[in-house]
Amino acid sequence: MTAEIVVQSLVSGLLMGFVYALIAAGLSLIFGLMEIVNFAHGEFLMLAMFATFWAWTLGHLDPLVALPGSTALLFLLGVVVYKGVISRILAAPMLAQVFATFGLAVFLRSAAQFLWTPDFRLVQNPWVSGRLSLFGIFVGTPQLTAALAALAAFGLLYWFITRTETGLALQATAQDRQAAALMGIDTERMFALGWGIGAACVGVSGALLVNFFYVFPDVGSVFALLAYVTVALGGFGNVPATLAAGVLVGLVEVLVGLWAPAFKYVGVFGLYLAVVVWRPQGLFGKF
Amino acid sequence: MRARRLRVALGVALGLALLAYPAVFTRPYPRDIMIKIFLYALLAQAWNLLGGYCGQISLGNAVFFGIGAYTSSALLMRWELSPWLGMLAGMGLAVLVSQAIGFPCFRLRGHYFAIATIAIGEIVQTIMINWDALGGARGLSLPIKPETFVNFQFHRAKWPYYYIALGLFACVFALTALVERSRPGYYFRAIREDADAASSLGIPLARYKLAAIALSAAFTALGGSFYAQYVLFIDPESVFPLSLSILICLVAVLGGVGTLWGPFLGAVILIPLSEATRVYFGGTGKAVDLMIYGALIVLVAVFQPAGLAGLLGRLGRGGRRPSAPLPAAARAGTG
Repeated sequence: MTAEIVVQSLVSGLLMGFVYALIAAGLSLIFGLMEIVNFAHGEFLMLAMFATFWAWTLGHLDPLVALPGSTALLFLLGVVVYKGVISRILAAPMLAQVFATFGLAVFLRSAAQFLWTPDFRLVQNPWVSGRLSLFGIFVGTPQLTAALAALAAFGLLYWFITRTETGLALQATAQDRQAAALMGIDTERMFALGWGIGAACVGVSGALLVNFFYVFPDVGSVFALLAYVTVALGGFGNVPATLAAGVLVGLVEVLVGLWAPAFKYVGVFGLYLAVVVWRPQGLFGKF
Repeated sequence: MRARRLRVALGVALGLALLAYPAVFTRPYPRDIMIKIFLYALLAQAWNLLGGYCGQISLGNAVFFGIGAYTSSALLMRWELSPWLGMLAGMGLAVLVSQAIGFPCFRLRGHYFAIATIAIGEIVQTIMINWDALGGARGLSLPIKPETFVNFQFHRAKWPYYYIALGLFACVFALTALVERSRPGYYFRAIREDADAASSLGIPLARYKLAAIALSAAFTALGGSFYAQYVLFIDPESVFPLSLSILICLVAVLGGVGTLWGPFLGAVILIPLSEATRVYFGGTGKAVDLMIYGALIVLVAVFQPAGLAGLLGRLGRGGRRPSAPLPAAARAGTG
């Protein structure tokens, strides 16, 4: 194994890490707002990927053109899921919340299989394809595009929650629901917004992934597991920390993958266990 | 007093009905459904000891199920050991593994613990898929033996499996009832309600959480060994998946967590329901059965978060308190 291969892998791990981070950011945002883990997050991603895929197949829109549409669609989905299901179980026990989103995941995955069959599909010849050479390292253009766009979306999200009035209201709601309500913040609206934005994050990620990843009803499960680990690794509810955690997950995945491809996710899950046993609140989390 | 007598009479009637079932239903299929009900009720009851009573939400109990299934099968194939002894060995190994998992992970709370158990489950499944000496991804096909009780194989009829499953479930049920009324049982619930308060009153948290996971692991492994002998084929995909861990938990949640009858009730409802949707809507590759299944889970979680035991409890009180607070058991997972 040469140093070149290691560097090559590290770069690709870093690029994937940014995409993982964006997926996890949505999950973390929702958790921070109301302490609910969205177990249907992977299925949201799957729907975003299918939406982009169909935009390309039926409307001949490139995934990058369809990206805003996929983001808007997922935002809407998030709001609808919040209004239809989540708002009814805000005060329910944790297990009921787990199973509400888990049942939703089963439903969405099976509905996708019902509507579109379990086939693997791929967008052929999107605008970004092939690879380019940077300082002697080959990088897949779709991967590079996805990483840069994910990073940009992450920056936008960070700007929104730290610099805009609505974002600050969102943070206030996350910190203390009642105090925020007393200050005149419509917390119900903030929750719906949080779900919308959380889902919109996977709307962006899904559209970017379609450029180089197969689309099938079960595609969300692997990404979702990695997203849970990323969120818990960074610390539940800490959105900026998911960026660092996502990159870490991406890097560990490729490094372990170099040495033993079958065990790459074992490396990621093992890292998670090692970290939380050492720091039960995650790397950057607070109790 | 009358209520108590009524309950005893109902319990005896149910017991007799379950004993007489194979005499009435002689076809294999209805017996198979009941065997599955007992198996999942047993697994959910085992989960309930840890997740329901002690409040430690495990989404990785399939690890113990798989250990039970693989231990008895491997011992049978390598040394011709009777599966009954292999079952005990599997239970012992599962207890050891549970302590190794619990020791570091019980420092984690709420969602962190749940996700740690998912992570462990995924790690163990990947290891088993790549462990060639134990069949790897191809799994193990158990050798066919003459049908005797010692061999734990019965080919011509399902009734021996029926009574074994019923017996195993009855044992686990009785032991849970004992635990529920014992000092550890009260400690478990105290830890679930408020771990800090329990600790300040002198309950050693670590020791009792480890005891809860040991019980849970042993009974789950018992179910795993039974499954292996019943189906005679195991692979990592069937005995270690996350979906099994979640199904076990779901049966308990549907029935009512932290209640003695919840797991049985959950299995009685969920298993025939999933069989029925599978029979009437499945088999086309269209996944309509799973769509119904998923939608039902959402509906139960939204409208009956305390599980069916909560619903029955409410009806039992004559519907006088329609807005009765949730049973404390349903708030599990905070400690």
